[in-house]
Amino acid sequence: MPCSFFLCRVTMASSCAQLCLKCRSLLCSKTVATTWQHSTQVRHCRTVTPVITKVLNGSSFFSGNHRTSPASQRWKQQMFCYSELSVKHLATEAKEDKFKEELSRADVVAYKSPLLPVNEIQMPLDLDAAAEFSALEEITHEEAVSISVPAAIPPSSTSLRDYVDKSETLSKLVQLGVNLWKLEQRPNVGTMLLKLDFNMDVAPRLLFLKHIGVEESHIGYIITHNPFILTEDLESLQARVNYLKSKKFSSETVASMVSRAPYLLNFSVKRLDNRLGFYQQQLNLSASNTRNIIARLPRLLCGSLEPVKENLKVCEIELGFKENEIQHIALTVPKVLTANKRKLTQLFDFIHNTMKVPHHLITKFPQVLNTKYLRVRERHLFLEFLGKAQYDPDLPNYISLDRLVSLPDEIFCTELALATLEDFYLFQKTL
Amino acid sequence: MAAPAVRMFRRVEGLFCVYKPSGVHWKLVRDNIETKLLKGLNAAPSQPCPQEVRFLAQPGGDAEAPKGLTLSVASVPALSKHPLVTGPEFQYLQVGVGHRLDAFSSGVLVLAVGNGNKILNDLYRTRITRVHLVFHCLGSATDDFSHMGHVVERSTYGHITQDKLDRVLAMLQGANQKSLLMYSNVDMRSQEAYEMAVQGLLGPDGKSAPILTGLRCIRFEPPNFTIEVQCLNETQKYLRKVVHEIGLELRSTAVCKGVRRTRDGPFTLQDALTRHHWTASDIMQAIQQYKSSKKNKNYSRSKVKEPGLHPLEENTTDSQQNETNVEAVAAGRTE
Repeated sequence: MPCSFFLCRVTMASSCAQLCLKCRSLLCSKTVATTWQHSTQVRHCRTVTPVITKVLNGSSFFSGNHRTSPASQRWKQQMFCYSELSVKHLATEAKEDKFKEELSRADVVAYKSPLLPVNEIQMPLDLDAAAEFSALEEITHEEAVSISVPAAIPPSSTSLRDYVDKSETLSKLVQLGVNLWKLEQRPNVGTMLLKLDFNMDVAPRLLFLKHIGVEESHIGYIITHNPFILTEDLESLQARVNYLKSKKFSSETVASMVSRAPYLLNFSVKRLDNRLGFYQQQLNLSASNTRNIIARLPRLLCGSLEPVKENLKVCEIELGFKENEIQHIALTVPKVLTANKRKLTQLFDFIHNTMKVPHHLITKFPQVLNTKYLRVRERHLFLEFLGKAQYDPDLPNYISLDRLVSLPDEIFCTELALATLEDFYLFQKTL
Repeated sequence: MAAPAVRMFRRVEGLFCVYKPSGVHWKLVRDNIETKLLKGLNAAPSQPCPQEVRFLAQPGGDAEAPKGLTLSVASVPALSKHPLVTGPEFQYLQVGVGHRLDAFSSGVLVLAVGNGNKILNDLYRTRITRVHLVFHCLGSATDDFSHMGHVVERSTYGHITQDKLDRVLAMLQGANQKSLLMYSNVDMRSQEAYEMAVQGLLGPDGKSAPILTGLRCIRFEPPNFTIEVQCLNETQKYLRKVVHEIGLELRSTAVCKGVRRTRDGPFTLQDALTRHHWTASDIMQAIQQYKSSKKNKNYSRSKVKEPGLHPLEENTTDSQQNETNVEAVAAGRTE
């Protein structure tokens, strides 16, 4: 290394002193710096005058081979592809002031080379070289401002928090309300987010979502649950929205469906069509009723159809509901279609066999199939203990099932059971 | 200065008991409590994002020409410390369970949070008794001793009276007291054994067979009757087996309709939190209550071993508290 210094010095002898000084400051960093950080710095440092670049390019030690091979090995090991991030950043944002935020120096006037402290940490110093170029050398103010400290970002990391301050995409996503911590738990999502460019990838899709009517406060939720919407093709997204509108879903409905089922627009038109057809056929509903169900529970279009088929079979065979009853239940409480089979059977068993409620009453109040088993059990046993468990509308002192399950505890106690809340809690401890 | 969430966490560390409903696995209860506590802790106001000072060069400057000295200062929040990037402050909580309850039974379940786990270990190394209420139904016998198994045998129970039952229970209690002495690893003829027996320190050390130190019939209405059992080192399945054996002793058959734990060491049914109270604030209150009661009672290890000496007296005090409740419930149940 030192020999090449002399080479440079000799070549520099003819140039003016100022250029020499500039060169020296850059060269000394060259000798002791880590390989690719400085290579990138030189690549992007547009304020370096052409002479210096020529010199540096000509000098033997600025050769790619021995430098990039360990660097490229490191690149392969990275968990988040920092290399592409930095290159893209440096290419597109060198002009932007954002990247100059690394100029966090206390005073700009009295210039001490910022590169030397960095170098001392990273690689063993070539002490001869450092001694020759004093840190107290004065250079022009323009140079001082132009030299930027390379970003102290780790080449690979398990968390996005090391990159969020330096990446425009990530900071804007955090400002929108996206939960980056949740997203980085999923495999490969973090890398994907880092590789996105805000202006080219993210912004058009956010504008698209706003265009179809999704509120800004929901965008964070949508991206947290479905980050892959940022990589979907814009034409296909538009085609799917057009398809839904052609099926006579209004635009507000489409917007609300997308907000509540973030994965909706990732599915192809064929798949959406398939599912809509399935629900219409299986439940024998009219088109407007199908639209109603889907608008209220859009995740019916996103999930698999097998559990729904099983639930329908269970309702028909095991629970013994007739087809029109199933239709009515599905229309009133669509959640029953995606309920857990075992829990549904357990709940129905309790309601029908222990509470002795007949099928037609359950069909009249389908909300009972949507409640928690323990809740119905403790309320029913409390009413039974008080002698008030009467669910037949023909007899006096009738208690309607929907009020039984949907009322909050205090109102249930005071109105239906005519007891105090403390009695209810004491009773629960005797179950 | 600790964050408000950390201060809240210090207050949550300790022991408390919940009422486990039947039909629910104890692990679900524990996970539910952990989730609710984490929700409460993370809802505490978090520290604001620390600000970072950054120097930005003048916007719109020409990249080729040397930049001027004018740099604008901006104080921007460091997004790397934002909660959406770092995640919630508390992500895991160590919640330990005391003596476990199987899915079929219900009752008092002791839980410990954080530092309380160490106290829990110590508590269970001492000889703590538990009180269960076991509900029987005469007339049939099943394969798993509970009323939901396959019926194996049926019999009549008209000949059973209360005093016959009491006689059987007394015999069982006697046999168990004898085994208590047997497991204590002390020579029965020594002075040491006598002194320990006087103080009530005689009993099994560590794991041993289940021992019922007290049996009492609370309610007798054939075919149903209820027994209060005070026991050591038991499992709920063993209690159901005891039900079956009592039925056999009475020359009939019996199945267990339910097991309910009313006391686990110093934690009684009164302190137990029901499902609706499984929130961070209620749990904190219960823990504070336990800590203050600990100070009042001057709770120590030697005191805990005393239950062996006064099994029946404790039985009466416990059941007198629950008597009215239990009778009312039994009335409701037999309707």
